[in-house]
Amino acid sequence: MSTGVHGPGRAQIEERTLRTDRWWLAPLTTFLVFGTFVVYATVRAFANRDYFAEPYLSPFYSPCLGDCVKGSSDFGQPFGWWPLSAALIILIFPLGFRMTCYYYRKAYYRAFWLSPPACAVAEPHGSYSGETRFPLLVQNLHRFFWYAAVAVGLILTYDVFLAFQAMPDEYALGDGETGGIHMGLGTLLMAANVTFIWLYTLSCHSCRHIVGGRLRHFSKHPVRYKLWTWVSKLNAHHPKYAWYSLFSVALVDLYVFLLASNVIDDVRFF
Amino acid sequence: MTGYQLKMRVWRGDADGGDLGNYEVEVSEGEVVLDALHRLQATQAGDLAIRWNCKAGKCGSCSAEVNGKPRLMCMTRLSDFDPSETITVTPLRAFPVIRDLVTDVSYNYEKAKELPGIELGPRDADGKRRMMQVDVERGQEFRKCIECFLCQNTCHVVRDHEDNKKAFAGPRFFLRYAELDMHPLDTRDRRDAARDEAGIGLCNITKCCTEVCPEGIKITDNAIIPMKERVADRKYDPLVWLGNKIGLRNKDNEGRTPV
Repeated sequence: MSTGVHGPGRAQIEERTLRTDRWWLAPLTTFLVFGTFVVYATVRAFANRDYFAEPYLSPFYSPCLGDCVKGSSDFGQPFGWWPLSAALIILIFPLGFRMTCYYYRKAYYRAFWLSPPACAVAEPHGSYSGETRFPLLVQNLHRFFWYAAVAVGLILTYDVFLAFQAMPDEYALGDGETGGIHMGLGTLLMAANVTFIWLYTLSCHSCRHIVGGRLRHFSKHPVRYKLWTWVSKLNAHHPKYAWYSLFSVALVDLYVFLLASNVIDDVRFF
Repeated sequence: MTGYQLKMRVWRGDADGGDLGNYEVEVSEGEVVLDALHRLQATQAGDLAIRWNCKAGKCGSCSAEVNGKPRLMCMTRLSDFDPSETITVTPLRAFPVIRDLVTDVSYNYEKAKELPGIELGPRDADGKRRMMQVDVERGQEFRKCIECFLCQNTCHVVRDHEDNKKAFAGPRFFLRYAELDMHPLDTRDRRDAARDEAGIGLCNITKCCTEVCPEGIKITDNAIIPMKERVADRKYDPLVWLGNKIGLRNKDNEGRTPV
């Protein structure tokens, strides 16, 4: 490295870092967990099967707008001609939201790009232009992905309501009973997932800016100021919600996959 | 335990070269790294150069790197380390070294000069200026900055890339940009300047500035990201542009002059 900590004028110290703590643990953990999620989500998104088990729809495929299995398309099939997996039509929105998220950026710049791997640990790159050029200039569009994420959140919430609906005859419990509402373990998992998705979406830095952060006079906008204080409280936990919702979305998909591929039966409460 | 022999490695040298020297120094319970270095200076290394002043974490003078972590030496307690551990102290590694633990931090003062100062609008009819309490409170966090420049030192944009120093103001000054851009009485619009002159786009929000701030200022979440969002309003958001054109946006930014 010709510049940086080994550059001329700086104190001549051979080591890239003198840190003695386990600074590599956090980026390594992030790398392994995110990497596992990416592999799992890619496999599941391209699989185009086992994504619907009445009344549960995998969040990777919701809304199912392609040539989807019977009962899974609650918003029609406007992309019925789409030859590939229906997940690929809609995943760009949650994927784009997370890829441009201010927390995920920190996490993957550190863990995947080592820029820097940890604080005061010299990065291995010879040059650096940050987010000033394409493609990383696209990170500035985070707010548009947030708008889409709100729509995705609403759709996933609707899916939870559907998961409470009475089941058709062939799924009846006991002596043909089909009335009332349904609740299984899948319903609970979907409800937990959508809670984390909303906490993650509403704690977003762009959301914080949009609801009130961009104002210069809080005093002239008392309602927006109040909203900003609420979002600010959530925002402090944004990284946590990013992780929880990542796990919950994968877990719901895994549960639906296991049901749809007949590996397990739904744990049904009523 | 009242006292023990602390093993230290301290960087000694200047711009032409240097090395880590090994020392053992008597220390007492409740002392900090700066105390140990002062005793070292008094008993074994009279020519050891250290910059320090208040010994209370408020002047921002004694910034250095302790076991590789950017810290204030006066706020780094020896009790945080095992007595058998060797503590390594080096100068800040992002700035040119002058001698031993003293670096030339003038980069920061150059950047401070480039920053457009506040430009207040006309006074009220009674000759006073007024701000509501919520608007005053918003900037208080940023004013806690003691200018220790640990954030500037840790930021990999300049620490690892000397060539970026020309284009990049650094976290301490994004704090100032944000404070002024959120100021209801300021008449300047700093969004273009934050992108073009201060280079906020170079920041990839990896949050090391926040991690090392001895005042606990949420530099990234409360200053840099809000400032990036303001730049996005101005430069990257066609909806904001359209809203401004058809008068749907609030009038918060009216009457401000871009700098």
